[in-house]
Amino acid sequence: MNDQNELDREVQEQFDPARRFLLELADRGVEAQAISPSPLPPAQLLEIVEPTDWGKAAAVAQSQAWRWVAGWAEDGQALLSVSVCLELQGIYMVLRTRTDTRQPCLPSHAPYFFAANRPERHMRDLFGIEFTDHPDPRRWTRHQAWDSETAPLRKSFPREGLPPEQTPPDMNYPFFRAEGHGVYEIPVGPVHAGIIEPGHFRFHAVGETLLHLEERLGYVHKGVEKIAEGRTPESLARLAGRVSGDTTVGHAFAACLAMERAANLEAPPRAAFIRGILAERERIANHLWDMAAICNDVGFGFAYYQLGRLREVWLRDNQAMFGHRLLMDRIIPGGVSVDVANGAGERMRASSKVLRLELDDLLTIIDANSSLEDRIVTTGYLTLEDAQTLGALGFVGRASGQVFDVRHDAPYSPYDQVEVKVPLEEQGDVASRFWVRYKEMRVALKLIESLLDKMPDGDIAAPWITPQPDAEGLGLVEGWRGEILCFVRFGENGCISRYYPRDPSIVNWPALEKIALGNIVPDFPVCNKSVNGSYSGNDL
Amino acid sequence: MLSLYRKIFTTGVLTEKFAKNKLGPQQTARELGLDELGEKLKSTVDKRFAGSLHIRQVDAGSCNGCELEIHALNNVYYDIERFGVHFVASPRHADVLLVTGPVSRNMEAALRRTYEATANPKWVIAVGDCGACGGEFGVSYASCGAVANVIPVDAVIPGCPPPPLELMRGILNLFSA
Repeated sequence: MNDQNELDREVQEQFDPARRFLLELADRGVEAQAISPSPLPPAQLLEIVEPTDWGKAAAVAQSQAWRWVAGWAEDGQALLSVSVCLELQGIYMVLRTRTDTRQPCLPSHAPYFFAANRPERHMRDLFGIEFTDHPDPRRWTRHQAWDSETAPLRKSFPREGLPPEQTPPDMNYPFFRAEGHGVYEIPVGPVHAGIIEPGHFRFHAVGETLLHLEERLGYVHKGVEKIAEGRTPESLARLAGRVSGDTTVGHAFAACLAMERAANLEAPPRAAFIRGILAERERIANHLWDMAAICNDVGFGFAYYQLGRLREVWLRDNQAMFGHRLLMDRIIPGGVSVDVANGAGERMRASSKVLRLELDDLLTIIDANSSLEDRIVTTGYLTLEDAQTLGALGFVGRASGQVFDVRHDAPYSPYDQVEVKVPLEEQGDVASRFWVRYKEMRVALKLIESLLDKMPDGDIAAPWITPQPDAEGLGLVEGWRGEILCFVRFGENGCISRYYPRDPSIVNWPALEKIALGNIVPDFPVCNKSVNGSYSGNDL
Repeated sequence: MLSLYRKIFTTGVLTEKFAKNKLGPQQTARELGLDELGEKLKSTVDKRFAGSLHIRQVDAGSCNGCELEIHALNNVYYDIERFGVHFVASPRHADVLLVTGPVSRNMEAALRRTYEATANPKWVIAVGDCGACGGEFGVSYASCGAVANVIPVDAVIPGCPPPPLELMRGILNLFSA
C-alpha cells in the first residue's frame, strides 16, 4: 500500500511540475497554499504564507528549471501583494505573497533569475518595495519625474502626481565605468539618429570593439499601469492596444483574454479565429519590416525597399479588409469588432499566395548575396546557454535554439484547433534571427490559411458580463516578439483596478547587452535591429 | 547578381501619383491632390530652403505606432523625398521637428534640448492624437500630454496613427497654406 502511494507520488511528481514544486517547498519548510480552484487559469496560484520565504521559493524554482516569466505588485491598502509567474514545460504557476505596506520588504528573486532583475527594480520605483539581496539596487524606471520617497502605483498616490514645473534631465545615473588604456565611452541617446524610439546606450569600446554595453531605458514611461485604473473594459482594450504600437493586436488580445477569464466569459469561436488571423497578420507585417531594416542597417538597399514594398501592400490589405493599417482596436472585450467579410477570405488567400511567391523570389536573391552574409553571419551571437539564463523569448530565443512558443506549448483558442509549427535556428547570430523570422512568416501564412479553412460561423462578440469585484485574470499569448503576459484585476463597478502587461521586450532587452559584446561599434545597429525590443512596451 | 537586377526591373517603378488616388472621406478643406500640393511645396522649398526641407523626427513618448507610419513615408509608394523632404539625423540639420507624443516626463528635458538645438527659423509639427492632445495617455504623473505643453507647436497632424497620406498632407500643408 505504502509502496503504491510512493509510486503514485513519484508518477505525479514526474508529470505535474507544480506538485513537484509544492513538495520541494514543503521539504524546505516553506509554508505554501495552493488555491483551488485557481482564480488565475491557465496558471495555478500558490500563496507563499511567509514573505521571508519568498527567496527560498525562487531557489526551489531555479533548481527545478522553472522560467521566471513576470512579476507585478498590487496595492491592497492594508497589505501589498507581489505575484510572480513561472513556467515549466508549458505549465504556468503564479506565486504570491503579501508584505506590510509601510515598510514593504521582500527577498529578491534576482540572484536566482536574471529576468527578475529589472522588473523588481520597476516594482521598487513604483511601489516602494525593497528587495533585499538584489544584485543591482540602482533605480530603473524612475528618472527625475518623482523622487525616491514617492510610489506612484500606490492607490493613495494621485494619478496626476506632483510633478515639478519642468522635469530636470536625468544627469546622475551611476553608470558602470570601464577604465584602462585606450578604453573610451560612447553615450548615445535618448534621441537617436533614426526614426526610432528613445533610450540611452552607454558603450565602452577599445578601438572598434565593444567591451561593454549598458542600456538605460525608461524614457517613454507614461504611466500605463496607473492610467489603466478605473477604466472600463473597452477603454482598457484601447490602452492595451497602445502599450506598444507595433504589437497592438498582441497586447489587446492578451488584455481581452485576461478580462474575459476574470468575467468567466469566452469569446465566440469565430471571434477567436479572427483574433488568430489578426495576430498572424501582425506577425507578418512586423517580420517583413524587421527583415527590411536588418538589411538596411548593413547598407543593402535592394532588400530594404523590396521587403518594405511587401509590408506596405500587406498594410493596405489590412486597411481594406479590417479598416486599420496596424489593426488597432479590432480586438475588443468579448470578441472582435470586425468580421472577415464575404470575399475577404479569398482576398487573403490570394495575397498570401502572392507574398509566398515574392518571398521565394527575394530570399533566393538575398541568400546569394555574399556581402550581406559577410555582415550578418557570425555577428551578434547569443548562445543557447545565455538565451536560457536570460529566459529569452520569441524569435530571439528560437534563433538560439530555445524552443518555446505559447501557441504550441500552452495553446489557447484558436491555436488549440490548428497545427502550430515552431521553426528554429541554432546559430544564435543576426543571420539566425533574420532567417527564423522568415520561417515564422511561412508558418504564419500557413496558419492564416488553416484558420480561414476551419473558420466557424456565428457571432463575432459575446455580450460582456460584469465581473465580480476583485475578480482577476491572466492572459498569455504569443505576440510577434514572443510571449506576452497580461494581469488584470477588477474593482467595484466592473472597472479595472490593476493592469500589468509584460511585453517580451522586458525580458529580451538584456539579451542585447550580451549580443553586442565583442562586435564592432558599426555593427551595433544591426544587432539592435535583430532583437528589436520595444521601448514603449518596456517602459510602460 | 543578375537575378537581383531582374527583380528590380520586373518590380518596376511603384511610386504613386497621389492626385489620381481617392483620398478618403474627410478631405473638404484640403481637396488639393498631393501632386499639386507637392508642386507648391517643392517651389516653396526651392525658394526658401534651397531645394530641400530637413526634418528631424523626435519620439517624445509615443507607443511607436506613429513612427511606423512615418517610416512608411520613405517606402517606394510614397517616396516623400521626391518633394525635397529629407529626414535627417540631427536637430542641428533640421528645419522642422516632427514630434510624436505624449511627451513623457522622462523625455521632457530631451525634447526641450532638441528644440533648442534646432537652428532658427524652425517649425514644430505635433504628430498623432497623443502629440496633438495627449490622446489615450493624457496628462499624468508620468506624461505631460500634448507636445504644445512643452514646446511651441506650429501644426498638428491628428490620427491614431495618421496614415502616410495624412502625414504627407500635414507636412505639405504647413508650407503651402
